Amino acid sequence: MPKSRFLSTSLKSTIAAAALLSSSALVSAEETIKVGILHSLSGTMAISETTLKDVMLMLIEKQNEKGGLLGKKLEPVVVDPASNWPLFAEKARGLIEKDKVSAVFGCWTSVSRKSVLPVFEELNSLLFYPVQYEGEESSKNVFYTGAAPNQQAIPAVDYLMSEEGGSVKRWVLAGTDYVYPRTTNKILEAYLKSKGVASEDIMINYTPFGHSDWQTIVSDIKKFGAAGKKTAVVSTINGDANVPFYKELGNQGVSAEDIPVVAFSVGEEELAGLSTAPLVGHLAAWNYFQSVEAPVNAKFVQDWKAFIKDEKRVTNDPMEAHFIGFNMWVEAVKKAGTTDPDAVGEAIIGVTVPNLSGGYSAMMPNHHITKPVLIGEIQEDGQFETVWQTSGQVVGDAWSDYLPGSKDLISDWRKPLSCGNFNVKTGKCGGQGN
Amino acid sequence: MCTVAQLTDIMKLARSLVLVLLCLLAGLTASAASDFPQALSGLAEKSFKKRLGAINAVAVSGHERAQTVLEALAQRRLFVANPGKRLVIKTEAGGYQMAVTGEPAGEIAKPALKRVKTNNRLRKVIRNALGTLTLRSPDPARRLAAAQTIFASRDASALPILEVALAAETDIQVRTVMERARAASTLMGSAGEADKLEAISTIRQMGNQDAIALLSAFGDRAKGAEKAAASQAIAEIERTLALWSGAQNVIYGLSLGSVLLLAAIGLAITFGVMGVINMAHGEMVMLGAYVTFAVQEVLRTSFPGLFDWSLLFAIPLAFLVSGCVGVALERGVIRFLYGRPLETLLATWGVSLILQQAVRTIFGPNNREVGNPSWMSGSFELGQLALTWNRLYIILFALLIFAGLYAAMRWTSFGLQMRSVVQNRQMAGAMGIRTKWIDALTFGLGSGIAGIAGVAISQIDNVSPNLGQSYIIDSFMVVVFGGVGNLWGTLVGAMTLGVANKFLEPYAGAVLAKIFVLVFIILFIQKRPRGLFALKGRGIEA
Repeated sequence: MPKSRFLSTSLKSTIAAAALLSSSALVSAEETIKVGILHSLSGTMAISETTLKDVMLMLIEKQNEKGGLLGKKLEPVVVDPASNWPLFAEKARGLIEKDKVSAVFGCWTSVSRKSVLPVFEELNSLLFYPVQYEGEESSKNVFYTGAAPNQQAIPAVDYLMSEEGGSVKRWVLAGTDYVYPRTTNKILEAYLKSKGVASEDIMINYTPFGHSDWQTIVSDIKKFGAAGKKTAVVSTINGDANVPFYKELGNQGVSAEDIPVVAFSVGEEELAGLSTAPLVGHLAAWNYFQSVEAPVNAKFVQDWKAFIKDEKRVTNDPMEAHFIGFNMWVEAVKKAGTTDPDAVGEAIIGVTVPNLSGGYSAMMPNHHITKPVLIGEIQEDGQFETVWQTSGQVVGDAWSDYLPGSKDLISDWRKPLSCGNFNVKTGKCGGQGN
Repeated sequence: MCTVAQLTDIMKLARSLVLVLLCLLAGLTASAASDFPQALSGLAEKSFKKRLGAINAVAVSGHERAQTVLEALAQRRLFVANPGKRLVIKTEAGGYQMAVTGEPAGEIAKPALKRVKTNNRLRKVIRNALGTLTLRSPDPARRLAAAQTIFASRDASALPILEVALAAETDIQVRTVMERARAASTLMGSAGEADKLEAISTIRQMGNQDAIALLSAFGDRAKGAEKAAASQAIAEIERTLALWSGAQNVIYGLSLGSVLLLAAIGLAITFGVMGVINMAHGEMVMLGAYVTFAVQEVLRTSFPGLFDWSLLFAIPLAFLVSGCVGVALERGVIRFLYGRPLETLLATWGVSLILQQAVRTIFGPNNREVGNPSWMSGSFELGQLALTWNRLYIILFALLIFAGLYAAMRWTSFGLQMRSVVQNRQMAGAMGIRTKWIDALTFGLGSGIAGIAGVAISQIDNVSPNLGQSYIIDSFMVVVFGGVGNLWGTLVGAMTLGVANKFLEPYAGAVLAKIFVLVFIILFIQKRPRGLFALKGRGIEA
């Protein structure tokens, strides 16, 4: 009995395998390469992520107009994880296992990325993550096309410390209470102290998500700034809470000339929803602004407005990150001649594509990319005017040099090292992180 | 020209002398004028340092156009026109004039223009330079602004100009600020001890943070009696400020409390009076905010002159829209679920998600821009308290709504019927009251009030589909804490929580303060399950 059951099951599985083979042969006859898009289209994060879904659809459409990839058309597969972190993992699994996508472009918050990370590592697929984040991570399966702290936070602080930026001596680090601001502020605090800033000249403040009553905090900032030294606010306040924050600053008469605020989460898209009067003159640090003067950017902005059929829509930094990430993936697939994740992952390192600020971005062995850093001033029309930028491209650093736990770690996914957290002191792969 | 005047006639000689003098004068201004274009051309430089130097050079050139050019630069109206790198100023009429001479520059095509960029640092330098240049302006408001700028810049070199300006000043308010500015400049300059001590006492009378900042900056460099006087003054100001900050916390607390009151007062009706756990309450607030947005959009495009009155139009409309949605919700869903709180909770939560996604589909997921009318922007000072107008209006508005609702419940026939239905449904029905309609209208009233709250909240918070979610928990907290079914409880509850939160925040931070308040409420409910003001007597049925 057991034997015959074994026989029948093995027979069944053979038939099933044969059926699968023939069906996959049928699918390949239709000649499409599937690309997963994993962005929230409902819930709290829809405000930021819907745009990224749209820009991916545009990029895929443009690529198909150019004849697709490897002679096949690209087919977007859009899912809605609804701003629900566990659902991100579930939807990611669905995209990879059920839809058999070749790569996924998606996630916004760090917690959503952390939630899908094990899925991508287990099923060995590729994720392109387009948002600035806190660093301290490097996965074989993830490509970080947004800024690491050294591509946004540290240059911004350097600018404010320079004579041109106002020779700031006192710092308020204000953020929303979650992982990105906490880690960024930890790095910034260590960095400022390494530059000789005393502890009493640093004020750190956290607020809950969607905080709307800023009266006390703004008056504290005012008090802190009245101590006689030039003061600036470094803001990692998350999207929605920014509007009441800037409104309160304006109402309490804190001007950008006296206490400038440099923000890492306020971009064109966020500014589009509010009256900019109280924000004018305040700063933001990004790797791209819509106002950047470059022919490639002019075309991108024009394409975007035509695609979305709305002249008022704006472009922003994470959109550029998807633009770069998608083109890198396309180039890597061409180079590898296949969409196999391992082959593409190997081929993509060193791939260089144009970015929207007129230069070129390259994928580094640590799965981060090179980008210029721009400091922009908010204008009345909700756009930024670049007041300063790095002279060249800055290489994204996965592990911060200013945190005791991570300063000895490097990441290099090239063979033979192939390690995301190699400790140069002990000479071993592993240690902190994953 | 001068040589022409050389004649032997005495009369003519005298005339020629005058002419020579005139020529000399003209030569002098000409040399200043030649410095001025050179300084101006520096503004077009790319390097930050050169532009900074150029601004200072323009400011000290003493040229009659210096002020115009710097003002244009501060207002982003200064451009470099190519070819030839000419500096031009865009006039208010829309044309262009040469920066050096003020002559019309003729037609310039847009691509040939490049704006002279400034940043915060440069703007501050310009502001300070303009401060000294406009100190003698005929307009008192500009003189006031100039004096304030000099006070903030603590520029010791401004002292002589200040003395001249002070001697001529008649406006009492401007005079006070100028005296403070003079004191600031004196402290930073090289005046004698007596002068400095007098300056310290002038500054001490200001009694605010700016005074402390100035005195501590001075104290760092001073010695002996001056240092002692400065630190004594600082200590004194800090003592009074500590008292003021207590008052400040109370005001902030009342302001936060009034927002809580606004959010919760509608719920005090639907949950408090009717006992319906309405998870879609926050969405009623959100709808009110979107009505405000829609009204402003219409006014902006069709009647821009009425923009300042937009809120007045939005209030009744928001009440109607949210109220109607409320009535529909009661008739369509909730009336089937009376007496089944768990199902009501789930059903209304579903409705809240539907409403959110509906708004997201219609208006898009992004924040919508709702402007503050001009009378709600800015702040004013009361002693050492900085009060913002929008917060003050919201406190008044919340109290007004409370009073209106209380009056409606207490003195109108609808209010009477509503209370009777709540207290004893069968008896009220027996007396001829259509209890079903009263239920629907009561729910509509609560929702409509929430809509009005949305109008106020749109002035201080984001208008996005998620707006309601951030208020629903707070609203329930207030109603439960204040006592279910009692409007006074809601008022006292909201204000208590607001003030408690604001007194905790400076010590514990915003996140911990919120946690403490929640823990406090949980403990409080253990002790008094029916809240601050429990309804006595038979109470609510079911």
